[in-house]
Amino acid sequence: MIDTPIITTRRSSGTDKNSDKFLQLNVGPSHPATHGTLRILVKLEGEMIRDMKLEIGYLHRCFEKMAETHSWNQVIPFTDRLNYVSAMMNNVGYVMAVEKLLGIQVTKRCQRIRVIVAELSRIIDHLVCIGANAVDLGALTCFWYFFRERENIYDLFEAACGARLTTSYTRVGGLLADLPEGWTSWCRKVIDNLPRTLDDVEGLLTGNRIWIDRTRGIGVISQERAIDYGFTGPCLRATGNAYDVRKAHPYYDYDQFDFKVITENAGDTYARYLVRMAEMRESIKIIRQALDNLPEGDVNVNDWAITLPPKEQVYNSIEGLMAHFKLIMHGIRPPKGEVYSYSEAANGELGFFVCSDEQGRPYRVRVRPPCFAIYQAFPEMCIGQTVSDAVATLGSLNIVAGELDR
Amino acid sequence: MTQDKNPPHASLINPEDADIRNVAFTTRLEDFVNWSRKNSLWPLPFGTACCAIEYMSVVSSHYDVSRFGAEVVRFSPRQSDCILVLGTVVEKMGPVLREIYDQMLEPKWVIAVGVCASSGGFYRAYHVMQGIDEVVPVDVYVPGCPPTPEGIIYGMMKLQEKITKGGIVRARDRHKLTGK
Amino acid sequence: MLEIDTNLLESKLPGFSNRFGKDVLTVSDHRGDLTIEIQPSVLRDALMFLKATLRFEILMDVFAMDYSKFDPPTRERFAVIYNLYSVSQQRRVRLKVFLNEDKPEIESVHDVYASANWFEREAWDLFGIVFKGHPHLVRILCHHDFEGHPLRKDYPSDGYQRLKSASPAAGI
Repeated sequence: MIDTPIITTRRSSGTDKNSDKFLQLNVGPSHPATHGTLRILVKLEGEMIRDMKLEIGYLHRCFEKMAETHSWNQVIPFTDRLNYVSAMMNNVGYVMAVEKLLGIQVTKRCQRIRVIVAELSRIIDHLVCIGANAVDLGALTCFWYFFRERENIYDLFEAACGARLTTSYTRVGGLLADLPEGWTSWCRKVIDNLPRTLDDVEGLLTGNRIWIDRTRGIGVISQERAIDYGFTGPCLRATGNAYDVRKAHPYYDYDQFDFKVITENAGDTYARYLVRMAEMRESIKIIRQALDNLPEGDVNVNDWAITLPPKEQVYNSIEGLMAHFKLIMHGIRPPKGEVYSYSEAANGELGFFVCSDEQGRPYRVRVRPPCFAIYQAFPEMCIGQTVSDAVATLGSLNIVAGELDR
Repeated sequence: MTQDKNPPHASLINPEDADIRNVAFTTRLEDFVNWSRKNSLWPLPFGTACCAIEYMSVVSSHYDVSRFGAEVVRFSPRQSDCILVLGTVVEKMGPVLREIYDQMLEPKWVIAVGVCASSGGFYRAYHVMQGIDEVVPVDVYVPGCPPTPEGIIYGMMKLQEKITKGGIVRARDRHKLTGK
Repeated sequence: MLEIDTNLLESKLPGFSNRFGKDVLTVSDHRGDLTIEIQPSVLRDALMFLKATLRFEILMDVFAMDYSKFDPPTRERFAVIYNLYSVSQQRRVRLKVFLNEDKPEIESVHDVYASANWFEREAWDLFGIVFKGHPHLVRILCHHDFEGHPLRKDYPSDGYQRLKSASPAAGI
């Protein structure tokens, strides 16, 4: 194995006449404040960051290559592991792309269930983001409060699909299964408890002198620069731009739900915290409305070339058996073509570009990860501030390595 | 055993009055050291991917790994004796893992949490290491993608079992003592 | 030869066909995704025009494609695709350029859109597309000893490559 040190702390050397002035510090790729496998090199003058370089790819798991060697439905488990904090939204984003390529509409009930689980996982994502950000700044209590709620939502997911984290709940043209009995009333109970926890944490943080001092005016980015860097999601909305895919290009009847797009103008860490906090309340509103208007009916489209036939048909009719066999052995074959589909994930616009050559496997799946664009701007947001401010900023950007490196 | 009328703490105060069996017990040194080692594991979470998110649940309120004496999470390899590799380790990350492992002091143990760390999982891909045992020795493998928090706790209990049965002499010194 | 639907182009992007008409190769509207295929030589100008005049402010994504196993065969082996989004008008357009297999080169647009920087590095890393004028065109996802470009169709998916040396002392 390689034994040359990777982690170095050294005075910069060389021809620079100020060489004694600067200290070069390596943070990561395994560091408590990097939230995963990020590596940051900073050039310090005292405690001030004068320059910064980022190194990524420490979790490059070859998602796009793996997708090309699996059938369309087999890609879904890989999408779980992109943004593993909110796997449901990746599932939904991916199948939306394949359904767009197929040119089909899923049933109303399926759409509503997808909205519910996606909004639940948005809440989880924001809980983890704010909780971890607060831990980095020394506020451990919020983390415990949030994780209690998060466990409740994971229990819901486990009841619906059997897994807590890596859900794989959606299928092209439908879902793995309908919601189990009693799930909706259980879900109502869980989201009814949420606002109390949010109030508790808001009471602890929003007016907290330490929290404000550590976050306000830290990691500022202007709206113009944010747009230039391709920011989307809460990080863009914290700069004052109200772009939200759910409002701008409503999918799954998001235009019929009553919710607000939260914006803040400061573009700093505090603004991003406020946006995330308020978005969770909006998500709760959406889930309530979706639960109230959850129609009865099938969750899968009635096309046996796309979804599996019901079990009675498989066991009792030759057509059902054949359809089942063909779908398992050959998979779905979307028509030739390329589409780009996008949805609002917790970090911003999650895009999937899919290309089919009718061979039963994706010819190409390209994921547009929101983190990738956001993380590029990180040096610009940190230069001129202290190292501890960089930690606060990084936490508020919610960089998930699985999505960043894929 | 004869029952002393004095309570134990009284015997401690007056050792000459006490029956030795009331104030002390005998055991093997190995058992005693291993007992204390296994109940005070200080884990270093080497979190790379999804399993690290599950590990957050293991240490937080609901699952509470402190019941097993392993809640003192340390991010410095010099202060910890059990490294949990949580998630996929890719080729680029391999040397980093090795370096962190080398920085840990003896005795040290490795738990490979999840199939990615154990065998590469379903990532049979051009950039993913097919199991961390290519770079560090592993004591316990925990299956699952990701394992449930119960699974991770079970893995830690398995490690405790292993520590109970193990020797207290460092592996690399054993041959000096035994001549083998 | 494909007929270019100038009406479609003009209705969606007024002024574009006037300016780049002779360099537009195909226009399609498959499933509502407006896709324009243009000559690589005008790509930079086209992006600048779309950003400045038609206000496509966000470059959402830049990525490459390898069409070598695609049926029917395409114009060239490689393609680079630019996904643009206009926040002010809430609409999208996709630009596509085909690049020659022997010399997959195109001009970098990192100074037009800041987001292009890493996306171009990624396309170089995974496909070997050279972006001329890019300030720092090195591998971004794969390790530094990696040889070849893994997302090309002729690269095996399990073509695992070991790291041979320690990572170079990364300085600033």
